[in-house]
Amino acid sequence: MLKDSLLQRLVLSDQGSKFTIAALIVIGVIVPFLNLAMPEGSFLHVSDYSVALIGKYLCFALLALALDLVWGYCGILSLGHGAFFALGGYAMGMYLMRQIGDRGVYGHPELPDFMVFLNWDALPWYWYGFDNFFFAMLMVMFVPGLLAFIFGWLAFRSRVTGVYFSIITQALTAALSLAFFLNDFGFGGNNGLTDFKDILGASLQSNGTRAVIFICSVIALIGSYILCRYIVTSKLGRVLISVRDAESRTRFIGYRVEHYKVFVFTISAVLAGIAGALYVPQVGIINPGEFSPLNSIEVVIWVALGGRGTLYGAVVGALVVNFAKTYFTGSKLFVEYWLFLLGAMFILIPIFLPKGMVDIVDQWKKKHAQSKATEVNSKISGDAQEHTS
Amino acid sequence: MSAEGSILYLSGVTKTFDGFKAINNLSLYIEPGELRAIIGPNGAGKSTMMDIITGKTRPDEGDVLFKNSIDLTKHDEADIANIGIGRKFQKPTVIESLSVWENLELALAGKRSVLDTLFYKLSKSQADRVDEVIDLIGLQQRRNETAKNLSHGQKQWLEIGMLIIQDPELLLVDEPAAGMTDFETMQTAKLLKNISEDHSVVVVEHDMDFVKALDTRVTVLHEGSVLAEGSLETVSNDERVIEVYLGR
Repeated sequence: MLKDSLLQRLVLSDQGSKFTIAALIVIGVIVPFLNLAMPEGSFLHVSDYSVALIGKYLCFALLALALDLVWGYCGILSLGHGAFFALGGYAMGMYLMRQIGDRGVYGHPELPDFMVFLNWDALPWYWYGFDNFFFAMLMVMFVPGLLAFIFGWLAFRSRVTGVYFSIITQALTAALSLAFFLNDFGFGGNNGLTDFKDILGASLQSNGTRAVIFICSVIALIGSYILCRYIVTSKLGRVLISVRDAESRTRFIGYRVEHYKVFVFTISAVLAGIAGALYVPQVGIINPGEFSPLNSIEVVIWVALGGRGTLYGAVVGALVVNFAKTYFTGSKLFVEYWLFLLGAMFILIPIFLPKGMVDIVDQWKKKHAQSKATEVNSKISGDAQEHTS
Repeated sequence: MSAEGSILYLSGVTKTFDGFKAINNLSLYIEPGELRAIIGPNGAGKSTMMDIITGKTRPDEGDVLFKNSIDLTKHDEADIANIGIGRKFQKPTVIESLSVWENLELALAGKRSVLDTLFYKLSKSQADRVDEVIDLIGLQQRRNETAKNLSHGQKQWLEIGMLIIQDPELLLVDEPAAGMTDFETMQTAKLLKNISEDHSVVVVEHDMDFVKALDTRVTVLHEGSVLAEGSLETVSNDERVIEVYLGR
């Protein structure tokens, strides 16, 4: 009974959520199956390239979901979410580097190639423990979470809000990008971390491993989605909305706004970290470019175009914009026009679909209901006319 | 005057903004269960006084005591709300994207920590309480309506409802009748008199008909301090009051 009502509350009561989760489950089953079971060259075969591509987009969708939780529901516009994504990615990358062992170019038993190249003779202390998968996975969540907690605590306690907050998050990711570019920082400088061999002893080049990582991405996205739904449908979710709509009112009711903001910002950063960790083994590299301020702004675009404050809008936005980007930049004909197209989307969608792409369904429904209503009305009046005549 | 037996006690409070004395040696004494109307021309310091009592602004000097023991200048907004002072803003401020019911649920007295709200379960008696207040503010027909679709007057009532359900010992109400029709104004006066039966209420208001309908003790503020105090009749016959406010 309780289980039923929880499922009702988290998934079934919301059409968009129901549809999104169902679609994700289908993708999670079909894509790896068609990749592994169908022979290459078959019409139904999904190429390895496509699996990696879709997997990558699923990680972006998770990142967008994380942003929508803080922006859509609590009104905190973070222009630095890419930083949390990249930190999670680096934590995963460090584990994968340590997995290489003595198979690197220089054959050093412990040090990654770039450290040997820099003539380092020992592992820096912050690389300790990353040979352990579970420790590394803990760090994937802990490092972005801790940074968000400290950063959020300082900012929200001083009541830094709105555009000022957005600007310092942008500065945060820019500063991290500069730091990670330094060779002496100990994360491979501008080359970043790459040449990964295997994960938990399974080769990263094998189709099977890639399919498993793909499925993990789907599971992480669905799990995070349900977690976010739990948060936004709880009373805490309504406090977040209240902070977004009327922050000082919320304080005068007696809620400690800064605690709520720190909480949701930290959760969101952890989700972004997980997205980054799943992204790295699928693309095979992590470098300081991921900290680029532009990346974080792109995430905001996905959420804005998809539809903020709905969760599924963020997922849809991330997937649609990225597929469109791949398609248009991939074809010779359109490659020059992609940015124009993105710009056009950015102008047209807010005009015609103020609540984002997911608004299409609602508007269609409304129209449908209207036309049905007029049909019924005309029928009734028709009947009435018959009676009078 | 001592703080003994008061619910709210202000003594010698001064607040200066860039050399302008918004509040100047203000003293005020509210008894438990009292309904007090505060009037005064624009810039008399009414809103700053509210800000100081609710912890939004810290005074430069002076004592602000709640129930003779709690120094309000040492607490912030959320603390003071939980200590038992509720505030209604001049501009109706409700949570626009939540329903009437959800707005009241949010304000309902209870635990306010992050974890408490994350795993919150509304009890039967609490749900009944929400419905009770919806009846009291006359919004039964609109209980599931999103607050942004309410009329101006209905928003004011909803906000007053949020104050009632928060169950503070002292309510500060800033211009509740602003922008209301005559009928709504009289309804609101009745509602506030009703509330003052078991709460202390301080109302700031411009509308003289409304203050008359409240039929209670009036304090006139002028240039940041108290100019006169007494029944509406007494203060409206006070020459200084006529000069600065009523006569214009």
